[in-house]
Amino acid sequence: MTHLVGPLVATTFVDALTFTVAAAIVLAGAVGVVVARNPVHSALMLVMTLFGVAVLFVEQQADFLAAVQVIVYAGAIIVLFLFVIMLLGVDRREVFGRENLRGQRPMAAILVVLGLAGIFLLGFGAHWATGAPSVAGRANAAGPNVAKLGTSVFTTYLLPFEATAALLVIAVVGAVVLVRRTPGARGPDDQDDAGLEEHPGADGGDGTLAFGTGGEASGDADDGDGGERGDLGHDDPALGSTHERKMTS
Amino acid sequence: MSLGGDWYLALAAIVFSIGAFGLLVRRNIIVMFMCVELMLNAANLTFVTFSRMLNDIGGQSLVFFVLVVAAAEVVVGLGIIVAVHRRRAGATADDLHILKG
Repeated sequence: MTHLVGPLVATTFVDALTFTVAAAIVLAGAVGVVVARNPVHSALMLVMTLFGVAVLFVEQQADFLAAVQVIVYAGAIIVLFLFVIMLLGVDRREVFGRENLRGQRPMAAILVVLGLAGIFLLGFGAHWATGAPSVAGRANAAGPNVAKLGTSVFTTYLLPFEATAALLVIAVVGAVVLVRRTPGARGPDDQDDAGLEEHPGADGGDGTLAFGTGGEASGDADDGDGGERGDLGHDDPALGSTHERKMTS
Repeated sequence: MSLGGDWYLALAAIVFSIGAFGLLVRRNIIVMFMCVELMLNAANLTFVTFSRMLNDIGGQSLVFFVLVVAAAEVVVGLGIIVAVHRRRAGATADDLHILKG
């Protein structure tokens, strides 16, 4: 960060306008993620930020990454977030008044401002670029962006690429193990939570049990009493869930 | 030609700070998780900017790997959140003090 104002004259008006609009979108989305009370709104604000970042990627000639950003992040990850939000029914208003750790928010603000100031100071003051020639390849060489990126990933970074395959398999197996329901594993705290496992065969095992419980969770959580679940789960899951979902929608 | 990289780096630093602030302040686990995604995206923007400034495609390769790791992280993290919520519905990050030994 040497000249924060200098390069403006060397660029076209369209580039400056694109950056300004995209930066405004990114910042508005980022603030919205933090500020929004409803997690669904936070997720949609996050989509806005991701699109803005994708625009900035295109502006910097990273076309493939912009496409991947939109497809993987906005298309898959946010959908996963929204799915979990709706499945668990955690779109409950957060209680903002209570602070369990006293003075946490002012401390967080102070720390973040200090950190940002540190980043800017280091960015303006330090010059860590060595000027060494690039190992992975020139970014502005001839040819399409995908070809250069593919060449880099499949030659210089071949071993990390193979490792990501193992990582993805481990993640999938880990997720399955985490959310799998084991019959015997129940803690003492489960007595007052609802009857997800209390009567496993109550609705004949027709596959509606999981969704019924999700609906119950959202209905109970939206009552606004903030926390402990009552014994709604002892009702018929299917009936209770449809009724409450209508009420909360 | 695009704007100078300094602008992009400054924007990424601000977005990273906003994400860090949200992570510290919010108590809904899923929103905290989204703030982590925000910070990851700020880092990605920094990588792409340095890739352009230093004329090195390695920055973009690194963003590629960050995307893969972020996807794996989201899968495992949401699995943990689902497991926590199955045990205590409506749990916030504060309710996880039951994990204390």
